[in-house]
Amino acid sequence: MDVLVPLPVVIPLLTAAGLTATGHFLGRRADDLAGIAAAAATTVISTLLVLRSLDHDLVYWFGGWTPRHGIALGVAFDVDPLSAVLAALAGALVTASFVFAWRYFDEVGTLFHVLMLVFLAAMTGFVLSGDIFNMFVFFELMSVCVFGLVGYAIEHRAPLQGAINFAVTNTVGALLLLFGIALVYGRTGALNLVQIGSVLQGSRPDGLLVVAFGLLLAGFLVKAGAVPFHFWLSDAYAVAPIPVCVVLSGVMSDLGLHAVGRIYWPAFSGVFSANADGLRGVLVGAGVLTALLGGTMAFFQRDLKRLLAFVTIGHVGIFLAGVGLLTARGLAGTTLYVLADGFLKGGLFLAVGILVRRAQDGDELRLRGRGRRAPMAGLAFLLGGLGLAGLPPFGTFVGSALIIRSAGDVGYDWLPPLLTAASILTAGTVLRAGARIFLGWGDADDPSLSHEPRAADEEPEKVPGRVSPPLLFGPALALIVVGLGLAFTPGLAGRATQWAQRFENRPAHAAEVLRGVVPPAASAPAFHPGAAPYVYGAISTVGAVAFALFGLYRRRLPTLLQRGPGRLAAGPAARLKALHSGIVGDYVAWVTFGATALTGLLALTLR
Amino acid sequence: MTRQTRIGLFAVSAAGLAALLLWAVAGLPDFGHYRGPYGKVLNSVAVGERHATNVVAAVTFDYRGFDTLGEEFILFASVMGVALLLRHERGERERLTTRIHSDAVRLGGAGFAAGLLALGLYVVAHGYLTPGGGFQGGVVLASAFALVYLAGDYRSYRALAPIPAIDFAEGAGAGGYAVVGVVSLLLGSAFLHNFGPLGTTGTLASAGSIPFLNIASALEVSAAFLLLFTEFLEELAVTPGDG
Amino acid sequence: MSYLPYALAVWIFAVGLYGVVTSRNLIHLVVSLTVAQSSTYVLLLSIGYVNRGTAPIFADVPKGTRAVDPVVQALTLTDVVVSVTVASLLLALALQAQKRTGKTDPDEVAAMHG
Repeated sequence: MDVLVPLPVVIPLLTAAGLTATGHFLGRRADDLAGIAAAAATTVISTLLVLRSLDHDLVYWFGGWTPRHGIALGVAFDVDPLSAVLAALAGALVTASFVFAWRYFDEVGTLFHVLMLVFLAAMTGFVLSGDIFNMFVFFELMSVCVFGLVGYAIEHRAPLQGAINFAVTNTVGALLLLFGIALVYGRTGALNLVQIGSVLQGSRPDGLLVVAFGLLLAGFLVKAGAVPFHFWLSDAYAVAPIPVCVVLSGVMSDLGLHAVGRIYWPAFSGVFSANADGLRGVLVGAGVLTALLGGTMAFFQRDLKRLLAFVTIGHVGIFLAGVGLLTARGLAGTTLYVLADGFLKGGLFLAVGILVRRAQDGDELRLRGRGRRAPMAGLAFLLGGLGLAGLPPFGTFVGSALIIRSAGDVGYDWLPPLLTAASILTAGTVLRAGARIFLGWGDADDPSLSHEPRAADEEPEKVPGRVSPPLLFGPALALIVVGLGLAFTPGLAGRATQWAQRFENRPAHAAEVLRGVVPPAASAPAFHPGAAPYVYGAISTVGAVAFALFGLYRRRLPTLLQRGPGRLAAGPAARLKALHSGIVGDYVAWVTFGATALTGLLALTLR
Repeated sequence: MTRQTRIGLFAVSAAGLAALLLWAVAGLPDFGHYRGPYGKVLNSVAVGERHATNVVAAVTFDYRGFDTLGEEFILFASVMGVALLLRHERGERERLTTRIHSDAVRLGGAGFAAGLLALGLYVVAHGYLTPGGGFQGGVVLASAFALVYLAGDYRSYRALAPIPAIDFAEGAGAGGYAVVGVVSLLLGSAFLHNFGPLGTTGTLASAGSIPFLNIASALEVSAAFLLLFTEFLEELAVTPGDG
Repeated sequence: MSYLPYALAVWIFAVGLYGVVTSRNLIHLVVSLTVAQSSTYVLLLSIGYVNRGTAPIFADVPKGTRAVDPVVQALTLTDVVVSVTVASLLLALALQAQKRTGKTDPDEVAAMHG
């Protein structure tokens, strides 16, 4: 067993514990340096794990408990390149966030760094684990760390609301997960994912299995922020400190979707494969709904962090649709898209952070034109927005090309136009904000954008003083550059597809994990995108620019155009915005509704 | 949404969810007829393999010890989170709460606190032999300290449990658990592989490294609860500008 | 009759969620959430029960005695710890909400919407 496997979890945890125990006695920069070192080490080791798992999974049994007669006694980590790459993404984003946060959190001593390090360990553990209860433990560990971090700015009301909504909604999601786990355990007597799959081999999809899968799905989708479980996300990401948002938006939301794939393929694909079309329809439908709603709501925001929060939701919808296609190519494409998108969103959040630090304000309209003094941040915005639009051949293009081809393979030709529309909405909004802030374009006021009242007694977000420019701008630009440049790794698409295919082959996967049978190395098929992805990418980019201009100059359109469609859209838009009430009772009611609807739909389509 | 709409939406959804859940649990094995192999295998091999008579402790600290590491850190992170959320701004003065005056209560409280301390240590120490363990005993230990506050006064409680010491204990407990795992790595086996002499079943000197993990978690849990008590009690003791 | 414990778990879950959705006080909300969480303990422990089985502790019973499932007990232990941690964080937030806004009604704490 490879000794590197537990390290992405152990190193951050030990560093966090060490900082707590000795924090009172160490110098002032110790926590910043220790944090950066630990996060960087985790990133490097996760990248090494990617390289070491290229041909076959790395299986690690904690406590040395290798399976006996095909029964797993201990907890296993099941490392494959797609999961390890997400662990590396988490490490990279946390490292960048620590660099940006140099001296940001001095007043709370080591607390910020400790929580972020434990958060990093939880993310890597969640993504590498092959045991369903172990995944739950890391899921909760992630949540608990973030509950505290989101409520950091306790002097204001909004962070309290964000943290409460986050905590209550995610806990309800965790309960759904736990219910699902208990049901699965009751049926199979196993907690290891591939063992569950082996026991369920040949089973009929009866009530218990369908509902259990539905609950597990609902639980993970709450974390991911899919509709109608998404309400907490916009509240929480709008109020968390910027260094935390970088990680939340860049990777945590996407882990929920990765988990859906991670439990479906080893454990449930055998049971549901006969009715996969129905499941596919439900997941892709939910994805499209999320993508369009996220993009629409993003358009109506003027607070930059809340805007990016809805952009995150929009992209979660795209990823859900990608994973929901239930093909190897879809999974591969989604992971690559998540990777590039994570870097780009992280860089965008850091750019927003630079603006907030310089101008002490995070509102798009109030910042109009004031970004001229921070051209580097403007560059990050422009490149980030174009990257999100899927400008070929950069960044997210490879991932979306795979998803488009996969959609064609299963006959979902209506999917790519819808996903393109979603990315036009999200990228266009980002470009609109960038143009308004850095170029001063657009109107000075726009009443359709949600106005966040600033109470008279609340001071603006307290932000620390000057920090050297490289520390400020470096991480943002570095993340954007990596996000755009990832697409140029040679042969990436083909190899990602090959890695994803390892999931599809359930019996071989089970043999590998439970009996140590190493499968023969497969060759990676070359991937030729064809013309369609380029066309969609071009449409998306041009569309995003056009949509940005529309957003900027909407009120200067001829009155005729404004009156008809404008009035038509105003009513539903207002109702949609009103749904996002900020009240936790509403949110939990929606989670209950979503869980019931999702499980009910699965019951109808999977039997 | 108005409250009525919300309750309506919830009522309909919950009814549907309950129906689906009842349909699901109908597929479980009958109550009392647990079939799965996992528990049965462990019940038959755990005592022999690890010389620990409490199989639940063997599962918690050995077979599924990695889950427990995560659980330790969940507690750890929540305490850090509470400390972050309840931190004090400058300008909030400390005002100590009243003390109990009755000697009988104070004496009784001290006696019980000592008893609880002994009970807690016993429960922790025998965790892998009889019902109990680091988590259970740790909570009992923390309650002994809480009793000092309840039957005495805040100042005595704070004197017994100073924050830097508890922070250190918290970090040492959580880190200690991880360090035991690393020791296994250094010894060439898997992370958290049991090491050390297995000893005689049924005595305190048994079960290899399970006692170390047990003690580490007891340290961490008691420190965590003490920190939680202190954080919340400080809210009572501190009032902004109140005479 | 043999599914009653499981149905009980479902009922507790529903009741807890109802409390969360309709709560008018943040402390009450936290307690309702704890009630909902306890439904998972009931479910897990009921699943592991073996008729006429004793606790999986063999200190004073011979090794081969029929015992209940130890794994769900370990899972429940973890679950309890998780509940406690979430409750403590939410209570801290409730406390701060009361300090900052003077209100404890979750319907009135909201500052952001749309």
